[in-house]
Formats: sequence, structure tokens, C-alpha cells
Amino acid sequence: MTTTPVKFYQVGSFAVGNRLLTEEERSGQSNPDRANALTSGHRACQGCGEALGARYALDAAMRAANDQIIAVNATGCLEVFSTPYPESSWRIAWLHSLFGNAPAVATGVAAALKAQGRTDIRVVGQGGDGATVDIGFGALSGMFERNDDVLYICYDNEAYMNTGVQRSGATPPAARTATTQAVGEEPGNTFGQGKFLPRIAMAHEIPYVATATIADLRDLEAKVTRAMEFRGARYLHVLVPCPLGWGSASCDTIKIARLATQSGLFPVFEAVNGEVVASTKIRHKVDVEEYLKLQSRYAHLFSPTRREDVISHLRRMADKNIARYELMGE
Amino acid sequence: MEKPYAITLNVGSSLANHTGTWRVEHPEYVHRMPPCNNACPAGENIQNWLYIAEDGSYEAAWRELIKENPFPAIMGRVCYHPCQVACNRAELDEAVGINSVERFLGDHAIEKGWKIDPPDHETGFSVLVIGAGPAGLSAAYHLRRMGHTVVVRDATHAPGGMMRYGIPQYRLPRNILDAEVNRIKEMGVKFEFDTRVDDVHDALNEGFNAVFLAIGAQLSKRAYIPASESARILDAIKVLHDVEDGNQPLLGRKVVVYGGGNTAMDVARSAKRLGAEEAIIVYRRTRDKAPANDMEIEEALEEGILMKWLSTVKHAEGGSLQIEKMELDESGFPQPTGEIEYLEADSLILALGQEVDFSLLGNSADIDTKDGVMPVDHTMMTTHPGIFAGGDMIPADRTVTTSIGHGKKAARNIDAWLRMTTYEKESDKPVVAFEDLNTWYYTDAPHAVRERLEASRRVQDFSEVVKGLDESTALYEARRCMSCGNCFECDNCFGVCPDNAIIKLGPGKGFEINMDYCKGCGICVSECPASAITMISEV
Repeated sequence: MTTTPVKFYQVGSFAVGNRLLTEEERSGQSNPDRANALTSGHRACQGCGEALGARYALDAAMRAANDQIIAVNATGCLEVFSTPYPESSWRIAWLHSLFGNAPAVATGVAAALKAQGRTDIRVVGQGGDGATVDIGFGALSGMFERNDDVLYICYDNEAYMNTGVQRSGATPPAARTATTQAVGEEPGNTFGQGKFLPRIAMAHEIPYVATATIADLRDLEAKVTRAMEFRGARYLHVLVPCPLGWGSASCDTIKIARLATQSGLFPVFEAVNGEVVASTKIRHKVDVEEYLKLQSRYAHLFSPTRREDVISHLRRMADKNIARYELMGE
Repeated sequence: MEKPYAITLNVGSSLANHTGTWRVEHPEYVHRMPPCNNACPAGENIQNWLYIAEDGSYEAAWRELIKENPFPAIMGRVCYHPCQVACNRAELDEAVGINSVERFLGDHAIEKGWKIDPPDHETGFSVLVIGAGPAGLSAAYHLRRMGHTVVVRDATHAPGGMMRYGIPQYRLPRNILDAEVNRIKEMGVKFEFDTRVDDVHDALNEGFNAVFLAIGAQLSKRAYIPASESARILDAIKVLHDVEDGNQPLLGRKVVVYGGGNTAMDVARSAKRLGAEEAIIVYRRTRDKAPANDMEIEEALEEGILMKWLSTVKHAEGGSLQIEKMELDESGFPQPTGEIEYLEADSLILALGQEVDFSLLGNSADIDTKDGVMPVDHTMMTTHPGIFAGGDMIPADRTVTTSIGHGKKAARNIDAWLRMTTYEKESDKPVVAFEDLNTWYYTDAPHAVRERLEASRRVQDFSEVVKGLDESTALYEARRCMSCGNCFECDNCFGVCPDNAIIKLGPGKGFEINMDYCKGCGICVSECPASAITMISEV
């Protein structure tokens, strides 16, 4: 019989679930009894990537820790939209202190639990890119250095969205924000500034560092699960598009995250003890332009005159990622 | 409740905050028309029976299939599957092998002996079907399901029409044909063979409430070919008919078939099986202009049938033919070149198309015919009230599947006519285009190939050429369906909603939207692989 070997169910590998798969083969999010750590009624904008990313990540962490989780949240969109006084959208133990001290508070929670001998309760620190990359960076670096038993998750939407889209250290070059206007010779955010925190985290040689996006749920869940297998400091950097700040359609949030990975602009990989051990390969390569043109923060690259020089520069950045993290191939 | 210092409100869940009020549009689950269903001449709900088959519920899938078409095992062999030409998956990797899954279901049903229940009530109306070909059998089946008394009359002595007397056994084994027709017999349809109807009006006088005419097109078209007396010229339909009846026609060692349609391919391939050393097809136009299905031309070539494109038969003599080369003019018509060659041939078989034999209409000049076919209105009724027609005798594509579609459509309209109502067809839903799908979620999975008998072994006898799929391969193939326009419960909407506003109702029940919290972002619509959700404006 001349047949092609069955690879897998036709949609099982990429969709959230599939009626033909066993429970184990489906993603955690396909389970109607999922934790829903962040429940309905939160005040995130339509199509918020961060709300989605937080639920994906925390639900997976809850599953990995048998529902024994304490989350420490930095100030930012996630905190503001989930807990307007006196309401809370959290269905987990949740703590908020200041903008810049979430890693330090998480360290303290972990130390307290250790003192009580409650090693079954796990600690997750979380915040946006502003709290993580800029304001709380010192505290985070200290947490890494001491190898405190905390999984820190950064939901990266590439600017201070809550306060009105100001540039952060994670804002990509050429992007327009309230503080990097699309004016002058080099419109938008400056090239060569800012930082890619996953690599800085790796430099601390902590047990586990990984990146993920909301476009690949199964990969995100697998990385949270993997991270929870380690003790010590772990860092997960999740790309979460922001329709408001990026100027994209609310229905395109996941699509944009997908294009970020498929263009090579956002590398998805994991690193153990400071060394990259795996990267998620690009399945359908797209040009950076596909990604850029859906977002009005890059509109100045296409009109009134097309800035081929800037687009090429961004393309070179994508190509560098592809080479560095080996994003092409099997 | 005692509150801490400076606290005035009780804490509570954000569930009290109905964010649905922000919304200006909302998603809605829809069923759109998959391109396969749209292309099926028999109107099968292909996407739906594939969906049912995907979890191994073969009997349920088969029962869904036969709601529209009683012959899946036959279809899986002789249908030219326009569904697969339309399939959106072709743009991703390759079209879903719908035809092979259909054959699997049909064969599986025969193997398991699944039956069709007789109707649960009798309407008291009786209908005469004239012609036991695909159109007549399909009409009889549907009319019987509706509870009517049905009598089928046919001039030959076995059911099937062109499925028996036109399509050779190596494409459609007779045990398969018999098994599927038998089911219709078992439903209580009465068959009268060797009964030629000479006047339709007599039938109405006999007490039938309606008549369905499906006599096909059985007369071979003739072309004037100057021939000497010693030339042996036969007609393709007669040859195929004789083969079926066991009267082996005398064809000789070298056989030339004149024509480029499916019948030409069938008769040439049959000639080879009957012992001809050489079978040559002569056709006046080019291969891409030949009306035969490409697969049939391909299989004929594999079996060693020779093709002379751009050629006409100028003169026939005993043992030899004068062939004139043709060339296509600007408008694509073949024009003679005057260049002549000779071809050895013991016999010449004409396969130049067929015409309807209107002699059975007898003196009934009140039923209009036009251009050699019988026009019908949108209800399949002829110009005579109560007499309906379908199949090859009305103007349409002449394929088995088209005829089966005619039978179904006629049955529905006959039923309505008998009840003095009109049949209202469900309004057509928009067809799903490839661009409507989010194909990111489909894994690349090329289609499974059906095994075929080696060409050298094929021509030895009339054994079936194309084999069926085994169960696991048929299942794999069914699961390649992208379920265009219809939910297949991939859980994507349930997973991707940032507001947890999708409620999962459980296996087979689909999903519901919680309008209290849906903000109308539309991510579920964008990320639905199958385009089974749409946005509805609320302003």
C-alpha cells in the first residue's frame, strides 16, 4: 500500500485542543476546568495580549504546582486592569506592592515560605516590561544573583501602556511611542538603545530562561511547566501585543505575535544554566514588513514616504536573530 | 463586615463587572458552505459526513451520506469527484481524498450489511420511474424514503443503466453495483425488467400519479465515414453492452476507437482486455481538448492504449484506415491538413457521443424536446404536467453523479407536486474560500494515495483497477478535512478569548458566547481555523 505515514492529527499540534485528541494531548487551556487564574470582568482593553498571556502562564503554573501558587505583581497594566478597588479578577493568592520591587517582594515571600517549611507552595513574580526591564531591574538582577526560588514572568508589550504608551527599555527601534514621536531624520525609537532582558538573565547563569509568545500556547505552557521543574531563579519573557499601544486591530493580537516570531523579530528559545538549549523554528517565514504594516506605531515607515533604509535595518535585526538562535531549519 | 482602617467597600470578584457593555459587535457561530458540498452534483454534505467519520463513527457517517446519495461505494469508484477539485486543502498541500473515503464508507457498509429502513408511513401515491440508471434509481430511492409506492421499469434485464452497460467492470465491479441497488429493492421499490415503455401516457392511465423519465442517452451518434464493404465498424455502446451480456464482440487484433470521450477510453481499455494486441484511440482534437476525464486518459495510456490526437478517420477498408492529420485553427477548432496516413485496423469502433432515444415517447408529441434533449423546468418537470425527467436525457453534464443529483431533485419536486405544494430549497449559504481560513493551525499532511493494479496485470482481465483504502488510511484522509465553514471543536475560540467569554458545552455540543463579558475584540473570529465564526455589528 502506497501511503504517506500519519504524522499527527491534522490540527492537533497547533490548535488549542481537538475533539479527537486525548486530554493529555490537548493544551491546558482546552480544559473547561482550567484554573482561570485571571477571570472575566477584568478591565483590559479589547483584544489585550497581556490578559491572555497572564492567564495562559498562571493557569499552567497552577497546574504544575497543584494549585499552590502565590503571585507577586508589579505595578502596570496587568495590576491596574485586574484589581480596581474593591474588585479583583484574580482567583489565586495575589500580592501587589510597588512598581519597582516585585522581584524583591517575591524573594521575601519565597524566604518566608522556606522558613515555614512550605516548599509545596511556589512563588511567581510578574510584571510588564516597564517594571521588569527598567524600574524593577535592579531588584530582579539581585533575585537572579541570589538564585531565589521564584519564577519571574515578564509580559512584554514593549512600552509603558498603562500610563499612555511611553517608551521603555523594551521598546523596539523605529516604533512610535508618546515619547519617541515619528518625527525628524530617525523617526520613532532610536536604534541601538534598550535591552533584550532574556540575554541579561542568561548572563546571570540562572537555571532556566525562556521566551514565548501568546501565538504559541502549547510552547508557552510547556515552558512554564519546564520552569516549574527547577528550583531557584527562573525567567520567562512572554511577548504580548497591545492593540492600543501598537495601533493594531483588536482581532489581530495573536496574529501579530505570530508574525513577530515568523519574521524572526522575536526569537523563541529556552536556555538552561545560561546556555541556549532549544529554539522554536520558523514554520512559515514572512518578511518583517508583514509584521510592521499591521501596526500604526510603524506607519511612518510606509507613509508619506517609504523608509526602505529603516525597514532594511529591522530586517537585518530579524536575520541576526535567525542566525543567532538558529530559527530556520528542522 | 468589620472593615480595616480607611476601607469602605467590601472586596469582591470582577465578575460583577459586566464588560460586555463595552461591545459594539459580537461573534456568532455560523455554518458556511464548504466548497466540496457546493461542487457536489449530488448535493452531498461531504464536510459533515467526513466530520462524523473522523472519530470512527462509520455507520453514522454512512447514514448521513446516504441521506443525499444511496450509492457511496459506486461513487467511490466512478464519480469524477468535482469536490476534490474544489477542496480548499489543495491550496495548502493536496485536496482531501474525499472520493476514497466515500468508497471506504460504501464498502464498509456492504461488508457490515447495513440496511436502509423502509419508510415509517405510506403516502398512498404511486410513481413510475422509467429507466433503472443512476437518475431513475436515485429518484426511486428518495421517493420511497418519502413513503411513496415506486415502480421502476427498464428495457434491459438488470438494474444500473450506464453503470452496468456503459462502465466496464474493471471500474465498477458488479457485486458492488448489485449490493447498493439491492438495498433499494429491500426498501420496497418494485422493479420490472425487460419492460420497454412505449408510451408514457399509458403509464399515467395505469393509475400512476406521476412519472419520472430517465431513459438516458443510448443511441450512438454516427459520423459519415466512407467505407468499403469489408470494413468492420462497430458502435461503442453496443460493444460495452455486449461485453456485459457475455456476448464477446469480434474485434480482431488491432482495434481503432474513434472519439475522445470517456466511452472511447472505456471501450479501448475493454478491447485490450478482450485480447486485442493493439488499441488505438483516434481523436480529431488534442488531449487537453478531449472530453474524457484526465484520470481515465492517464490510466488508458498506462495500459498501453495508443493515442492519435489531431486525427480523423477519412476512409475505412477491411484491415486498414485512412487517417487525415488535423491542426487547430486560431479559435481552437480542428481543420484538415490534407496529410494522409494509413493505419492497420481489424475493426473501427465509433465512440462519438450518444443521443436520446425519443421513440419511447410514442405519439406523445405534447412533450417538448429541443436539440435532441428534453428541456425541464426548475422542478424537473417536462412540459407535460406530472411527467418529470432527468439524467442524460435532459440538458446537463452526462455523469453518474449529475444524474443521481437529478433523481434526488426530481424526487423532492415530485413529492411536493403530489402534495400540491412546492419544494423550497434551503437558500444557498456563502461558500468558504481558502482566504477565509486560518490555515496556520493545520499541519501539513499530504494525501494518501490509493493503490492501483499494475498496468501489465490490469489488461489481462476485468479485475478492478483502483483499490480501496484500508481503515487507518481512510481515517487519516477524513481527518485531513479542514472543515471549511463549520466548527470541528478545536477549542481555539475557547482558548484564545482574553476575557474567558467562551463557554465550552462539551463534546458534540460546540460553544456558546457569554455576552456578559464578551468585549467584541474578534480574536476568536481571527483564530478560528475553519471560518465558522463571524462578527455581527450591534450598532
